[in-house]
Amino acid sequence: MRSKFLNACAVLAVAAILSPSRASAQADFSGHWAPLFHEDNPERLPGPELGDYLGIPLSDAGRLRADSYDADRISVVQEYQCRPHAGDYMMRGLSNMRVDAVRDPVTSRVVAYHLRMGFQEMERTIWLDGRPRPSANAPYTWSGFSVGTWQDNVMNVYTTHLKENYIRRNGIPASDKRTFTEHWVRHGNYLTVQTVITDPVILTEPLVRSQTWVLDPTQTMGRDICETVPEVPKAADVVPNHLPGTNPFLTEVADWYGLPAGATRGGANTMYPEYRKTMPKPANPPPAMCMRYCNCGMNGAGCALQ
Amino acid sequence: MMWTQRGPERTALLAAVVLAGAVVAVARAQQPPALETLQVQHNVYAIFGGGGNVTVQIGDDGVLLVDSGTTASVEAIVAEVRKLSKRPIRFLINTHLHADHTGGNVALARAATDPLEPLNIIGHTRVLSRMTAALPAFKPGETTGGAERLRGLPIDEYFTASKDMRFNGEAVVLYHEANAHTDGDSFVLFRGSDVVSAGDIFTPGGYPFIDIANGGTVQGEIAALNHLLQLTVPGHTEEGGTYVVPGHGRICDEADVVEFRDMIVIVRDRVRDMINKKMTLDQIKAARPTRDYDPQYVTPTSFVKADQFVESVYRGLTR
Repeated sequence: MRSKFLNACAVLAVAAILSPSRASAQADFSGHWAPLFHEDNPERLPGPELGDYLGIPLSDAGRLRADSYDADRISVVQEYQCRPHAGDYMMRGLSNMRVDAVRDPVTSRVVAYHLRMGFQEMERTIWLDGRPRPSANAPYTWSGFSVGTWQDNVMNVYTTHLKENYIRRNGIPASDKRTFTEHWVRHGNYLTVQTVITDPVILTEPLVRSQTWVLDPTQTMGRDICETVPEVPKAADVVPNHLPGTNPFLTEVADWYGLPAGATRGGANTMYPEYRKTMPKPANPPPAMCMRYCNCGMNGAGCALQ
Repeated sequence: MMWTQRGPERTALLAAVVLAGAVVAVARAQQPPALETLQVQHNVYAIFGGGGNVTVQIGDDGVLLVDSGTTASVEAIVAEVRKLSKRPIRFLINTHLHADHTGGNVALARAATDPLEPLNIIGHTRVLSRMTAALPAFKPGETTGGAERLRGLPIDEYFTASKDMRFNGEAVVLYHEANAHTDGDSFVLFRGSDVVSAGDIFTPGGYPFIDIANGGTVQGEIAALNHLLQLTVPGHTEEGGTYVVPGHGRICDEADVVEFRDMIVIVRDRVRDMINKKMTLDQIKAARPTRDYDPQYVTPTSFVKADQFVESVYRGLTR
């Protein structure tokens, strides 16, 4: 009887040692990560074409805001010059990333992940200690307030308190009423972050995008110091914008790529396969050979714009 | 199951539910407003929920308030102030004349009974003029009660472009912003704490109330916001640094002011273009020049609706 009891205890002890604890089942995201641009390359590296709203479930309000955008704004309005991406876009922009685990000094439990991006020295913290969100009257930030929870080895993150920013870098705005959810998944040396943005002002349904990173232990994060300067003289009350119906650049993307103009205007109805049944024909046929962004490498090197 | 019954039982139940709802509604109306106090930066705080936002600066010299909320909430506001400081309230600055920012003036003035630590109420002279004009006229033969009439008015007025003072160890600078949301608006810069109290010139989350009847104009509003952008200096990554307490809404910084300013400029440009095309006010309203901003700036409880904002822009451009 006694030996059976001891054997049972021994089996339990071995099982306890061999089975992963709750903490060790959680993925470790710390390290240097380099973004991979096999997804949405033209949008993310050289930058999106003006008027390219493809794949965005834009609301009518969001579309008019985007149509009104004049790219001069980011140079003429000095306060825009050194703005970083917001927390949702920073995971997508052209920037390397360092992730540091913040640990409780006593238990060694990871209480937060701190992110630093190369572009504009963006920083972001994802809290894992269950702390409450700030008041709605507290300041909003570019990175917002992110709280993560574990679902097996997936880190689910929900972010609020975001400043106005952009959904796409061609003038599609992102309002300060938006929130976003992320799902962080690590597969060996690869990291995939799926982002789901909900914006009741700009979008009619959640926008789902994903980004993939590769671990790069040799990566060194430098400084990216930005200083605003007046680049062109302007009157104080000038904010470059296109009046409704006057933006001359909105058809370029359809013309250049041989796309139906209606599809480039975005909207949830253009995002799903059923749209092909009603999609109009393009005004111009698609070019016989690649004409734009054909050999784009890192930082836009080799882009053949014609 | 009960809701499927017919007859007197159901009628009685419905009446009870309606009565209970009415009682709850009355009780809620009688409850003091739920206020929230947040530290903005250093020794400057903001109280939310008592009408317009109230900015509080504390220190050894006493308490300085920017705006006094509504009459109904002043007691709760003072209770919040007392959680921060037991020192006397020595200064009250009115950013403008509206009752949700000056409603507590009289009660605060009545409470300041120590002549050695008096309450000075400061505002631009236009605020004093308009608040005085709104007082009831003296009756024929009435010769007393003048002091009581003056109680709560910003008689410590200024008529210059700016006014400065030092209180609680930091420079406090008032700037008159002419013909913006009204003709008597003031920004209050706490230079040491690096905080600006902006009053209703800046109302993130809602269109500005450009009070044409009290001297407001859209061009003055834009000019004032541009001045606010000069007063604010952002911190690292273009956020934080100088914080701004708006007249209504959350604590902000320069980037938030930029978005608000840009919205007004863009709407101004659209309305001006329509005026140049000889469109009438009704036609401009029907064209909905704010339709892309409405989901962000208009809610069911908004004080300023889209048409009202468009009309104020139109009036400012055609006067």
